[in-house]
Amino acid sequence: MSLIKKYIVDIRLIVFISALLGIQLDINTVLAESLEEKGFNLAARSDRSDRGFGDSETEMTMILRNAAGKSASRTLRFTTLEVPDESIGDKSLILFSTPRDIEGTALLSHAKMLAPDNQWLYLPALKRVKRISSKNKSGPFVGSEFAFEDFTASELNKFKYSYLKQEVCENLTCDVIERTPLYDNSGYTKQIAWVDSTDYQLRKIEFYDRKGSLLKELIFEDYRIYEEKYWRPHRLVMKNLQTKKSSDLVYGEYKFKVGLTDIDFVKGRLPGLR
Amino acid sequence: MERYFKAIDEFSLRFTDGVIRYRWTVLLLAILVTVGFSRGMGGLEFASNYRTFFSDENPELSAFEDLQATYTKNDNILFVVESISDVEKQTAFTSYTLDAVEKLTAEAWKIPYAIRVDSVTNFQYTKAIGDELIVTDLVIDAKNLTPSELLLRKEISLNEPLLVNNLVTPSGVVTAVNVVLQYPEASVLEVPEAVLAARELRERIEAEFSGVNISLTGVSMLNNAFSEVGLQDAGSLTPLMFLVILTMSWLILRFFAGTIVIFLVVAFSTVVGMGAAGFFGVKLTPISMSASTVILTLAVADSIHILISLRALMREGLTKSEAISEAVRLNFMPVAITSITTIVGFLALNFSDSPPFWHLGNITAVGILAAWLFSITLLPAMISLLPVNIKMTKETEWTQRVMGSLADFVISNFRKILVVSSLVVLVFSGFIPTISFNDQWVEYFDTSIEFRRESDQALKNFGLYPIEFSVPALNTGGVSEPEYLNYLEEFTDFLSTQPEVLHVYSITDVMKRLNKNMHGDDEDFYRIPDSRELSAQYLLLYELSLPYGLDLNDRINVDKSATRVTAMLQKASTSETKNFLDSSRKWMAQNLPEYMQSQPTSAQVMFTYITERNIHNMIFGTGVAILAIALIMMVALRSLRLGLLSMMPNTLPLLMTFGAWALLFGEVGFSVATVASISLGIIVDDTVHFLSKYVRAKNEKGLSAEESIRYAFSSVGVAIVVNTIILISGFLVLTASAFKMNVDLGLMTIFSILFALLLDFLLLPALLLVIDREKTADL
Repeated sequence: MSLIKKYIVDIRLIVFISALLGIQLDINTVLAESLEEKGFNLAARSDRSDRGFGDSETEMTMILRNAAGKSASRTLRFTTLEVPDESIGDKSLILFSTPRDIEGTALLSHAKMLAPDNQWLYLPALKRVKRISSKNKSGPFVGSEFAFEDFTASELNKFKYSYLKQEVCENLTCDVIERTPLYDNSGYTKQIAWVDSTDYQLRKIEFYDRKGSLLKELIFEDYRIYEEKYWRPHRLVMKNLQTKKSSDLVYGEYKFKVGLTDIDFVKGRLPGLR
Repeated sequence: MERYFKAIDEFSLRFTDGVIRYRWTVLLLAILVTVGFSRGMGGLEFASNYRTFFSDENPELSAFEDLQATYTKNDNILFVVESISDVEKQTAFTSYTLDAVEKLTAEAWKIPYAIRVDSVTNFQYTKAIGDELIVTDLVIDAKNLTPSELLLRKEISLNEPLLVNNLVTPSGVVTAVNVVLQYPEASVLEVPEAVLAARELRERIEAEFSGVNISLTGVSMLNNAFSEVGLQDAGSLTPLMFLVILTMSWLILRFFAGTIVIFLVVAFSTVVGMGAAGFFGVKLTPISMSASTVILTLAVADSIHILISLRALMREGLTKSEAISEAVRLNFMPVAITSITTIVGFLALNFSDSPPFWHLGNITAVGILAAWLFSITLLPAMISLLPVNIKMTKETEWTQRVMGSLADFVISNFRKILVVSSLVVLVFSGFIPTISFNDQWVEYFDTSIEFRRESDQALKNFGLYPIEFSVPALNTGGVSEPEYLNYLEEFTDFLSTQPEVLHVYSITDVMKRLNKNMHGDDEDFYRIPDSRELSAQYLLLYELSLPYGLDLNDRINVDKSATRVTAMLQKASTSETKNFLDSSRKWMAQNLPEYMQSQPTSAQVMFTYITERNIHNMIFGTGVAILAIALIMMVALRSLRLGLLSMMPNTLPLLMTFGAWALLFGEVGFSVATVASISLGIIVDDTVHFLSKYVRAKNEKGLSAEESIRYAFSSVGVAIVVNTIILISGFLVLTASAFKMNVDLGLMTIFSILFALLLDFLLLPALLLVIDREKTADL
């Protein structure tokens, strides 16, 4: 509340000074810029709360459900290497262990902000590493409702932000921020993110499709803290509200600072991972 | 027996006295009831989904719903893009036309409820360069492509099994953009909303690219057409119907009060019927909408019988109030019986497998009940209030003289009539087996409907009738098994060679292409991969690279234990579709392992079997109605003999109708199944009127069979003819519908009414002479 008051005072001041200087200022532009800034700042605070984790490793189970209620699951190991430079995305490595058919298949990804990610896939049945060249980022990950970018680290500079409001979420207070993808080939027109104001963690994201309709809803559950500062959700529930399909991601315990470096995230390391 | 008829007469006299004494109250009550029911009409909405034609118990529907829950809904809108400028006629692969397609594709994502858009421009083209797999839209920035780049894209498209005949014609001249929609199904307004957006988009693209012509078709357009045709019919048929009724009743009655009263009775009855539908939450379809036309037609019957009697009585010199009581008395029982039998006939529609026919039956039943009650309450009350100016005259009307001669003719030639009419009935019935069924949903609409015109255009180049197979694998992940994929490829090949099939969509084409890509685009590897792991990993790779909305979830089920194969039929009649379905089932049984057996399903499959299913149900339903009506006749006429006899003129016109239809048209849709019970309820009326007068003459006046027949002809013959004319005009109005099922229904009912008139005037009296003469001989 006090924050908003402070902004209103600021705006009044700006308008007053502008008027004195003979500058015609549209009050809405001023307001919009401020909301943008505020949105960015809140997102940055959330993103930076994670800073310095170095590298992490965890096991995940992905459960897919169709509209008829049938389900299937996959398990995979997920390792991440933090890239401190905010203009470059993190590096990640996914190793599939089940179903048996794709055991040993490994995906290496170097995330980019506004360009296609660099991705390599090792196919054990072919004994070859294949580089994937695709502009697509919001496609479904292994048949789930998650796009790859939906569950990997959320990168600050992928979006333009706008602050919407503050509201109660579960037993916390959340800032609600609208974020618009800056990447041309994103399948989303906008996302609305709920970030709590206690631990600065994402609680919920709504994804809007090309026609501006609500497409998916992602809920982050079971947050646990590691090393007294790194929060990690252990259950992500993604519901496609149009097709009624849904996917859960259930994480095991995280291990931090396992000693991974850049050299573990090159395509030559993909064969023989287990 | 006499006591029974006397009791009815006394009741009717007391009843009419009461009605006339409290005529203002009766009038007020009638208005109040009608206004009450009219409030229900506010809740009426048009269904915008072809699924309303199928009951929840329909096995083809539930199989199809299962498929759609497993994969994706297959409601779609298909934009067919044709280049119309002369220079570019030879190909769609010009920067101009592809630019239009690219823009259309991008904008189509914004159509409400769209979840997927496929076209040649956003087709996910894969190729290999070294150890790199490139996945990209086939056409990006069409405007700036060079002629050689365009040619390359044309070659790729025309060699891609997923595209040729599906989104581009083999010549590369016509192309299509397919939009898949998923409706929340919370409101009937969803489909019209999407259709409106699609039409606006078409207009925008056509405005920007004057050289292209776009036709719209697909399941959503079909669903929308159902409500559009219903609205069009409601707007054109109902006013036409009122006009016909007013004209006819004026011509027949030639007194103003009668015309006004008939108008009110039929209007009120229709309001009550449609209002009741609203209260029960019925979703209107072009079929149930026709109930208003049917009620308007049938509601006239009761009133016209009473008013014709009234007119005749006043011409004989009775005062108005005497004539009212007498006219109601004379018609009290026949009107009751005809109403009840007609209601029975329409209620029998509930045996149909198709809910719109239940609605038609029930709405009409309520409307007829209302018409019956209004004609013995509102009608006498109004007549007693309005001035009626009919002069007494000794002159016999010419119509009466015709009836007299007809009676003489029948009586002196009854044996010949028996022989000839039996022969005619037999000959006509002999043609019934030659009738063939055809339910192609595009053809339900006549060419006044945009959907029909554009679908016809689209059908020249693409298929509109998909048949879906969900082919199971042995276990979870089993779709990657080489054995499964090889069998699936054989199945795909088999389907492609069927004459009705234009295109087959199968995952095997993706698998072969990926295998080739993974081996440096070596054509030798354009085949099913050798190992299960390899296929599974290809799929993983492919899925990782696909964009939002273009994934494989609509082709492979969630645990990868089944895939969906779609065979697109271009223009197949019901019997051709049935042949295709039978031969695919047979092929699968002979060539695929036990675990891969699957049943074809889709809207087309549903429509293919709905006729049989309906006929099967309606034969039973009509049988029940025939028995019920015979029973009613027995009770009402107090005669087992006459009740049984009445079954002849009641059922034979139906046989003649189907025979005549087979001769004239040969082909019929599923509405045929319901015609029998609808017609039955209507044609029975003539028999009831004739027989009740005959019985009255024999019992009340103690006349001989011949004299009773003359009496029946003279007292009710004209009314029966007049009634037939009104019914025929009413159903003729129905044939002006833009919806084929209504047209067929109207025409067939006209046939049966005409045949019924013939048989009632010729066969019925001949039969009466046979049985009643024998009886006198026995005595």
